[in-house]
Amino acid sequence: MNFLFEIKEGLRIAFFAIRANKLRSVLTTLGIVIGIVSVTMMATAIEGVDRKFQESASAFGANVLYVQKFPWVGHEDWSVYRNRRDIPLKVAEDIEQHATLVEAVAANVITVRPTQFEERNMKNAFITGTTYQYIYASGTNVSDGRFLSQEESNGGRPVCVIGANVVENLFPNQDPIGKFVKVGSLPYQIIGVLAKQGGLFGIFTSDNRVYIPIKSFTNQFGSKRDVTINIAAKKGADIEDVKEELRGIIRKSRGLKPSDADDFYINEQEMLVTTFSGFTAVIAAVGFFITGLSLFVGGIGIMNIMFVSVTERTKEIGIRKAIGAKRRTILIQFLIESSIICLLGGLLGLIISYPLSLLADKILPTAMPLSIVGIAIIISLVVGVVSGFLPAYRASRLNPVDALRYE
Amino acid sequence: MEIIKLQQIKKYYDMGGAEEVHALRGIDVNIGQNEYVAIMGPSGSGKSTLMNIIGCLDTPTTGLYEFNKVNVSDMNDDQLAKIRNKEIGFVFQTFNLLARSNALHNVELPLIYAGINKSERRRLAMQALEQVGLADRVMHKPNELSGGQRQRVAIARALVTSPSIILADEPTGNLDTKTGDEIMMLFEEIHKQGNTIILVTHEEYIAEHAKRIIRLRDGLIEVDERVKHRKLMNGE
Repeated sequence: MNFLFEIKEGLRIAFFAIRANKLRSVLTTLGIVIGIVSVTMMATAIEGVDRKFQESASAFGANVLYVQKFPWVGHEDWSVYRNRRDIPLKVAEDIEQHATLVEAVAANVITVRPTQFEERNMKNAFITGTTYQYIYASGTNVSDGRFLSQEESNGGRPVCVIGANVVENLFPNQDPIGKFVKVGSLPYQIIGVLAKQGGLFGIFTSDNRVYIPIKSFTNQFGSKRDVTINIAAKKGADIEDVKEELRGIIRKSRGLKPSDADDFYINEQEMLVTTFSGFTAVIAAVGFFITGLSLFVGGIGIMNIMFVSVTERTKEIGIRKAIGAKRRTILIQFLIESSIICLLGGLLGLIISYPLSLLADKILPTAMPLSIVGIAIIISLVVGVVSGFLPAYRASRLNPVDALRYE
Repeated sequence: MEIIKLQQIKKYYDMGGAEEVHALRGIDVNIGQNEYVAIMGPSGSGKSTLMNIIGCLDTPTTGLYEFNKVNVSDMNDDQLAKIRNKEIGFVFQTFNLLARSNALHNVELPLIYAGINKSERRRLAMQALEQVGLADRVMHKPNELSGGQRQRVAIARALVTSPSIILADEPTGNLDTKTGDEIMMLFEEIHKQGNTIILVTHEEYIAEHAKRIIRLRDGLIEVDERVKHRKLMNGE
């Protein structure tokens, strides 16, 4: 008897047996259903956190470097970084003058000031002074109007570009372009609106920002400020080369001796991605371990019920063996039965998880990863085979004479 | 031609400790093609053990068992399963049909294990069911059939692989006398068609259908005799 026959006959018998014990099969399956639901929901949640992060990280822009006093991912005591000298505007000018591997350089300074339009007020807007190059050296995009022009930026004109949340707060029902907002005490005319970025925890995002020319900023709020310098690398330039060149220029600009350590840091998006990936990997490992336990319990349930099934059908096994079923045939028959119970559980679990994932999508934008569908099916098959093996093995070893005598 | 050749077959059961039960204590029997043999004996005589060994459901402790000139005494489980599948048709006292399957599938079952394809399976099974007079009951499940009909399904299942022997263990034990007689008539017919039948029974009048009776007592053959041609019963 060939393998295909065995599988076909095994499937037939399995469906018979499952149909004959509907309630029992459903209850047994429940363990697997719960296991699969928790595993897929775990995966969906992780996918959501991941997506959220990817989205936030993209706000930094790929290939954009950030020269700052602080590294984003700190290795030393915070005071070490805090006590460093501020980074002055001059550094940005030096980079612009000397760097060859750089596409755009945009110094920017930030302060928090109330921003008003008529009766509406936004207390915690991040006022950012920067140059026209900023749009090339960040992950932001203009959705309406335009960004600062070179003339506006160099001339310190009273114009501004606002983020999506600022629009929502100050202009719920009207077009902000051309209107004047009061930043601190001075009016600025709105020339552009930025696309919404979302962003993790609302920190690294342009949504709450009001961009004004850096010259206007220093005139209004003073020039003694720590500057962040956004730098877009030239297309095709190796990012490490770019960083090396920048290091040289910045060290010279800050008058560091060869023996001095860097008193600045060149940040990039990649650092966050790496750190965050490590973080999600830990969550995933813990999460999958816990949800895996529920699958394990489900598997024990299957094993238990398969032992019952084998005992109940001892006589049937005897008949089958008497008329020529080999050990392997019986083994396969029961393995198929347990696999089908698990597979049905897995499919049911997926059917339940899918609407749950849509629900989760409302809270944290996510989707059930397609790969988890395949993985869930494979997992349920494996659970079926593993937990069915011992009972099936016992069945295959039954002595036909004893099995036939069993009542 | 000899189909079954038993030489000094012994079967001991270890009952734990030093104690052993000697179920068979040296059986020598030859059974040829198209014989109709009844094995008789009181309970404890070893006839069930002998039937299990002849049916390749069990192996002897010592001794030689040749089936169609092939030594089967030392075969493993799967080799024996193959012999049972191809060479032996079982008919049991309790029918031993699969309760959830209809007559047709029950008869097809040995062919499934023999790896025969579906259309051929169906054809052979239908043919066997026709042979036992159940062509109109093929889709019925065992619980929808009478005792006699169930035993006919079992006989069809035994015949369907065209085995070398039909091994029937008290085939009328669960049937009333009239139905039992009908089943015995069926065996007679099957025998006439050239099949070899081995019948295990403790009922004298059932054994008399056979052409040869082997009587066991205490694990040994007591008598091995030809049955003289008897008058048919029922006034025929």
